[in-house]
Amino acid sequence: MIPVLGGSGPVIPSFGSGSSCEQNNGWWCTDWLREHWGDTLQPALVQHIELVAIAIAAGFLIASVLAIAGFRYRLLDVPVGGFADFLYTIPSIALFQLLVPFTGLTVLTVEIALTSYTLFVLYRNMVAGLRGVPEDALEAARGMGLTRVQTFFRVELPLASPAVLAGLRIATVSTVSIATVAAFVVPKGLGEPIFIGLDQNLFKTEILAAGGLAILLALAADVALAWFARAVTPWSRA
Amino acid sequence: MATQAAELVFDEATKQYPDRPEPAVDRLSLTVPAGEICVLVGPSGGGKTTALKLVNRLIPLTSGDIRIDGRSINDQDVTELRRSIGYVIQQVGLFPHMTVEANIGTVPRLYGRSRQWIRERTAELLELVGLDPSYAKRYPAQLSGGQRQRVGLARALAANPPLMLMDEPYSAIDPIVRARLQDEFLRLQRELRKTVLFVTHDIDEAIKVGDRIAILREGGRLAQYDTPENILLKPADEFVAQFVGADRALKALSLRTLGQISLRPGTWLDGLPQIDASTNLRDALGFLLAGGSDRAIVVDDDGNPLGTVTPEDIVR
Amino acid sequence: MSVLADQFTAHTFVDAFRFIGDNASLMLSKTGQTCELAFAALGIALALALPLGLWLGHRHRGLFLALGVSTLGRALPIIVLIAFGLTVLGVGFWNNTAALVVLGIPPILTNAYFAVDGADRDAVEAARGMGLTERQVLLRIELPLGLPLIVAGVRISAVFVIASATIAAIAGGGGLGDIIVNQASYGLAGVIAGSLCVSAVALLTALALGLVHRAVSRSTTARA
Ligand SMILES: Nc1ncnc2c1ncn2[C@@H]1O[C@H](COP(=O)(O)OP(=O)(O)O)[C@@H](O)[C@H]1O
Ligand SMILES: [Mg+2]
Repeated sequence: MIPVLGGSGPVIPSFGSGSSCEQNNGWWCTDWLREHWGDTLQPALVQHIELVAIAIAAGFLIASVLAIAGFRYRLLDVPVGGFADFLYTIPSIALFQLLVPFTGLTVLTVEIALTSYTLFVLYRNMVAGLRGVPEDALEAARGMGLTRVQTFFRVELPLASPAVLAGLRIATVSTVSIATVAAFVVPKGLGEPIFIGLDQNLFKTEILAAGGLAILLALAADVALAWFARAVTPWSRA
Repeated sequence: MATQAAELVFDEATKQYPDRPEPAVDRLSLTVPAGEICVLVGPSGGGKTTALKLVNRLIPLTSGDIRIDGRSINDQDVTELRRSIGYVIQQVGLFPHMTVEANIGTVPRLYGRSRQWIRERTAELLELVGLDPSYAKRYPAQLSGGQRQRVGLARALAANPPLMLMDEPYSAIDPIVRARLQDEFLRLQRELRKTVLFVTHDIDEAIKVGDRIAILREGGRLAQYDTPENILLKPADEFVAQFVGADRALKALSLRTLGQISLRPGTWLDGLPQIDASTNLRDALGFLLAGGSDRAIVVDDDGNPLGTVTPEDIVR
Repeated sequence: MSVLADQFTAHTFVDAFRFIGDNASLMLSKTGQTCELAFAALGIALALALPLGLWLGHRHRGLFLALGVSTLGRALPIIVLIAFGLTVLGVGFWNNTAALVVLGIPPILTNAYFAVDGADRDAVEAARGMGLTERQVLLRIELPLGLPLIVAGVRISAVFVIASATIAAIAGGGGLGDIIVNQASYGLAGVIAGSLCVSAVALLTALALGLVHRAVSRSTTARA
């Protein structure tokens, strides 16, 4: 088959007037980084964050509606959870391509796919969180005269929030990682400099820098969300 | 903090669960006078919890009526009804995500009370149930079982309800703490004088706590409704006699204290054990038998001798 | 416009199925390559991660490791791993296999750890009291009790590895990914055909492991 990569030709300078280290393509070239941070990596990082933020926001919204429905009406839980599981199982690159005939090579395609992947974890954790609210607290709430709505907002929702936030953490880290695949569809996000680096005869600095940024972004999101969860659920530390 | 207490009336109250052959509560009629503790006691599955939950409409009545101060529970808004009744359960049901203060303030907040009001009320209630006010900022996970149960009681009292429902509040607590909580609850009740419907499966607890005891038999039928004394000494039938136990005469002793019987005018005798006048007769008998002495000196709170007592004086 | 788009979409999928029919042997061999790569990696990951996870869980040690590994596994993009591998190892089967093994380990390790760590402590205590050796405690009590969670971890790992094996095509991994990332040679119909085939592989694998999960869940609850 036709290999996607150009094999092992002579090293062609990646970007026009590169410095010497760029031409040598050693392990690390700070000159390149300094020169191209502004026009390559920084925009890619910002785009990446945007792609992820939109997908997570949309996924959270959709999963919330589905979870409340699946929690109230148990009959819905199996089909909804099963469908989210189904979407989650389709390999990312295949899902991207399968959407192309519908929505083209657009950001919309990317967002639909990324959002689909968040649903499974978010939905499952939300439902588990709501189901896990202790029976005695619910009985006390009813006995004290809290209405259905008051019980939901004052008791069920806060008690479900540790599980919901744990799901959000997992979904966010995964989405940061999967969003690198988006570059197959649109030239956006941190996947793009990696593909360019691969195309430019494995230009190492660009690959390492963009890949490192993607991993750091995922880990930073993980730490930030863990900290946030700790801050808003002080009782779970007790 | 005196409250007006409410009279509670069960009038042929019946609960028939669907797909059950027998009713869980069968034409239960009894009146709990305002300010008294009525204990519902009986074997497990006897319908005690069902009867209690009928009152705050956690379970709807099938037929008959329940009235609080003459007003049918079905004529009241269910939310309002529940907020006006204190509710304490065995598992306590504290909200784990709220501090003690927020737990206690739940119903007052729904009534629009200020933070300041809730803070002061919490301090007052914690004191009342025997907890240091510094517990206000703790979370339930930071409390022991006994402490949680105290907070549960404080929460139920927060809106100063005229009627309290308590479903086996102390059944999950170890015997020593349970006895202390019962004592404190009785002290509190002397102060507050609320109407209380108290469920337990433990006849000893019923005798200790109740002004009146209602014994339910399987199928939710009332076997006897009377004072502890009459339940013990004049059981209405074989079922009640069995339920209160063969040692019911002994149990009856726990209803009176040494201070309530006539003592022998005693001369001070060196070496005789001393016993407090507030000790109940059952415990006093145990004390005398265990001590191997046939006589003890009864003393008042300040340690002044009131007289002497022998086992024969007690069982007479 | 929307009618046009619909027709276009419908045609694409019809073409894709026709593509599969016309190139049955190609599709079959590509599917075989993907499976070979994915299941080899899954097997190695299982051989490495399962004993380690079970042992750590049995000793109730390494919670931090189990949690850290699972987060790290999620944070590592397959593309980055493959690109790193390419820069270090160059093009080849082993580069891809190594990358897939690295990605396949975390869910298995973490789930095995929590499965054993969380096994009913009373049952474990009773088993020790009856004189079972540590090895017997692990194999006869903790492992059966934790089996559903372990299988769930394998399922997640399998799905993950199949998805990643497809992407490995960019590093010469072969398989269905070759077709999917090469529209120039195979056309949109080919790309969609490849996507459908790899989705089918993933879904069937997930379904099979889901059935295993169900079977072992049922037997543990029946035993409990
Ligand atoms: N929600 C319910 N549906 C059907 N039957 C019930 C329900 N709750 C209780 N019962 C039955 O009603 C009877 C009385 O139960 P309960 O009031 O809980 O008794 P107790 O509190 O005295 O142990 C029991 O036979 C019990 O099984
Ligand atoms: Mg009960």
